[in-house]
Amino acid sequence: MNKNMKILVVDDFSTMRRIIKNLLRDLGFTNTHEADDGNTAWPMLQSGDFDFLVTDWNMPGMTGIELLQKVRSDERLKDLPVLMVTAEAKRDQIVAAAQAGVNGYVVKPFTAAALKEKIEKIFERIDKAK
Amino acid sequence: MLKEKTQLLFSYVEQGDLHAAVRVIQDIQETRNQALFNEIGRLTRTLHEAITNFHVDDKGYAASEIQNLSEVSDATDRLSYVLSLTEKAANKTMDLVDDSMPVATKIKEDASSLHDQWVKLGNRAMSAEEFRQLYKEMGEFLGSLAQNTDGLYNNLSEIMVAQDYQDLTGQVIQRVVNLVRDIEKSLVVLVRMASNVDSMTGVQHELQATKEKTTDHAGHGPQIDPNQADVVNSQDDVDDLLSSLGF
Repeated sequence: MNKNMKILVVDDFSTMRRIIKNLLRDLGFTNTHEADDGNTAWPMLQSGDFDFLVTDWNMPGMTGIELLQKVRSDERLKDLPVLMVTAEAKRDQIVAAAQAGVNGYVVKPFTAAALKEKIEKIFERIDKAK
Repeated sequence: MLKEKTQLLFSYVEQGDLHAAVRVIQDIQETRNQALFNEIGRLTRTLHEAITNFHVDDKGYAASEIQNLSEVSDATDRLSYVLSLTEKAANKTMDLVDDSMPVATKIKEDASSLHDQWVKLGNRAMSAEEFRQLYKEMGEFLGSLAQNTDGLYNNLSEIMVAQDYQDLTGQVIQRVVNLVRDIEKSLVVLVRMASNVDSMTGVQHELQATKEKTTDHAGHGPQIDPNQADVVNSQDDVDDLLSSLGF
């Protein structure tokens, strides 16, 4: 796993962005950037050669699931790994996220260990597929 | 009473006294209106009381201002206050943690380097020069340790104090919850009365079609009852569900 990969963290609450960024830093990822909803994230993704997207679901403007769908239908971004970190815990929603092509799903409140495990799993799978 | 009046009406009509009959009909109507007005008046008062009771404290407001304050907008302000208080506490805690982590890392690194040299000393593999260096470093380490742990201790105790938001926000939220409950109670009475009015006046409503299906895009927010059938309980449940989908 490339520790220098460029990561975009999307959440409408600045404290949650900070928590996720700190946990990522503890895991050795320091190249992190922030956006506060899908509308802010989209132009960044378009121009920013990101390697990994971590997004919340429930946000004003564009939600996380819409952002995910938009990423998957974009020719250049469709293979971008996406981890959803969200308080949304309905079975239908998790199924919908899976169908939309999410790579991992972490429910809030989460632990540092859970976040680490999911990220490792995502990149393990991607490395295997290569 | 209605029965009584109807019988009276019937007998007037039988007798051919139309004036008296019309008077009875007016009586019936008036009684109905009276009951309606009384009920509406009572409800308005209840609603008004529920709203005016929502004053956590009146300090800082002139008497005339209190009259003008919209209690619901006041409730919204209070919730905004909760939002800003929790955000401030979270940031303060994270600042202190950010401040503490490098201190802990430094202590760990120094200790492990000293430990290595200590082992070397135990194995009698240390030169006199190295020993003098170790002695000096050990002194510095012990000196800084007291200072560093003091700093950590202070940060931890500040983190503890930063949790006081729970008390303050809890009180505000409790007030808002009570207001919502009062308003809901009054609304239920209002709805019940509306149905009474309908049955008194014989108005019938067509039932609204079942509520429109909302898309899941907007999100539902945190689930407060994890025991609902369509909600996952934990990260393990999420993982099970995803692996059942082939993840």
